[in-house]
Amino acid sequence: MSAGITSSGVQDAVAVAATVSAPAKSVRKTERGDSFGGKQLASWALPVGLIVFWQIAAQAGWLSSRILPEPFAVLRAAWHLAVTGELWVHLGVSTGRAASGFAVGGGLGLLLGLLTGTFRQAETLLDTTLQMVRNIPALALIPLVILWFGIDEMSKLFLVSVGVFFPIYLNTFHGIRSVDKGLIEMAKSYGLSGWPLYRDVILPGALPSILVGVRFALGLVWVLLIVAETISAQAGIGYMTMNAREFLQTDVVLVGILLYALLGKLADVLARGLEKFWLRWHPGYQ
Amino acid sequence: MMQNNHVETTEVKNTAERQVRGVRGVRVQAKALSKSYGGREVLKSVELDVKPGEFVAIVGRSGCGKSTLLRLIAKLETATSGDIAFAQDGHQPETRIMFQDSRLLPWKRVLNNVALGLPKSALASAAQALRQVGLEERGGEWPAVLSGGQRQRVALARALVHDPELLLLDEPLGALDALTRIEMQQLIESLWQKRGFTAVLVTHDVQEAIALADRVVLIEDGRITLDQTIDLPRPRARGNLAFAQIEEAILSRVLQHPASAPDSTLGDISLQKSVSQVQWAI
Repeated sequence: MSAGITSSGVQDAVAVAATVSAPAKSVRKTERGDSFGGKQLASWALPVGLIVFWQIAAQAGWLSSRILPEPFAVLRAAWHLAVTGELWVHLGVSTGRAASGFAVGGGLGLLLGLLTGTFRQAETLLDTTLQMVRNIPALALIPLVILWFGIDEMSKLFLVSVGVFFPIYLNTFHGIRSVDKGLIEMAKSYGLSGWPLYRDVILPGALPSILVGVRFALGLVWVLLIVAETISAQAGIGYMTMNAREFLQTDVVLVGILLYALLGKLADVLARGLEKFWLRWHPGYQ
Repeated sequence: MMQNNHVETTEVKNTAERQVRGVRGVRVQAKALSKSYGGREVLKSVELDVKPGEFVAIVGRSGCGKSTLLRLIAKLETATSGDIAFAQDGHQPETRIMFQDSRLLPWKRVLNNVALGLPKSALASAAQALRQVGLEERGGEWPAVLSGGQRQRVALARALVHDPELLLLDEPLGALDALTRIEMQQLIESLWQKRGFTAVLVTHDVQEAIALADRVVLIEDGRITLDQTIDLPRPRARGNLAFAQIEEAILSRVLQHPASAPDSTLGDISLQKSVSQVQWAI
């Protein structure tokens, strides 16, 4: 295992880190206030106010229900979908797609990131190619993907995986490369090498960066899934939404959109939970 | 001297072997040791013989090669020519290093940092080592909440829990405030007396060198230019006249030799980390 680094590799990685970690830092800053109930309440004031205004506007007839149904109608639609069980089917299918896409793309990204981060030969062999492919938007592949995989599950899985792969790959690579060399030197002089060195020093050192990648990826999963599900599907939130559009059921369309928002938020909470747990040693997360 | 006192409870291994030898420390011999970086010779044929259990301080200006010598002894780098030999029987001595920055793993709790590289069953001896540096009750905390001095004490415990035959100290007190420094010096001295390991301390503080070492070695321009035995009784009072005279003599010896290179290592620690290891060492 080589822990050394060439200057060009570092520059590459640092450039990536600069673009990737900057937003994460600002997010973290706002998180700190969350422990205060008052602040949490305040952060909900705007969305609640908007919904109230929306309800009033709909009831007063300023908004046609064709454009935007009133919130109660959306709630009713959601309730109806939930009771008939339709909602859960779609929700389950979509979540399953997101999870499997994340697992495949994220797993591969982590694996290759660890590989290129750890072994210089792997970097030489793979990194240039991956950096090139990275610049292709995953969604630009749609026509090709449909040709390859048809409109089945496979195409959706592929799109989500490709999109999720890169944030995790890049941040893992960068994380491994930016582990403090002093710590590695220390650990080696204390007799650590091979897997113990990896487990006790390199992986934990790379973890903050890897988790930034996970958070980015979790955000991307839903974006990709929305598009993938609207192309063609027989189930899923995207299918439900597109279907409702055909029948001009704007309330169901809105339920679908709100579900995506909710799921996105849920994924973010999950990622934050992981950070809080795994990075509890980090002063920035205490 | 008290090096012969080998009674120790926190020991991890080698009891039998050590009792046979009496002194825990190992002999260190540098023979015609040279090291160059990119054509620049940092150490020029250095000869140094450290007796078992001896405490040797290496002083010198920044960039004189003292850290490089230590890193060579620690096998963190390989010599360009020459050789370092340890005990006659040719075994690799148990060597531990203390760096200027504590280099604790921030994601391991203090106690687990001390137990780094030891089997799980050694947690008790890690706790014992923590007790010896006076931080027993901080074992469950993250290194991030400790002060600089406390971190160095943890680093010292981490080094000692392995019961080293050779302890290398690379300006471990350089970043501490004056009071914490003196405290740490006393702690290091007492642990060294108790355990009898061989100690090599690199420092730019002549007073620190005289307070701790049996022998002060001055390196200038990659060569040893002074090798003075310090014969003061321990513990050494800094106000002592003999102490002051020796300090004066060594300091004036250091100062009569003009600086050969601009200060490069005294700067900021973060800079040292980002610049390559090679530069850090010179």
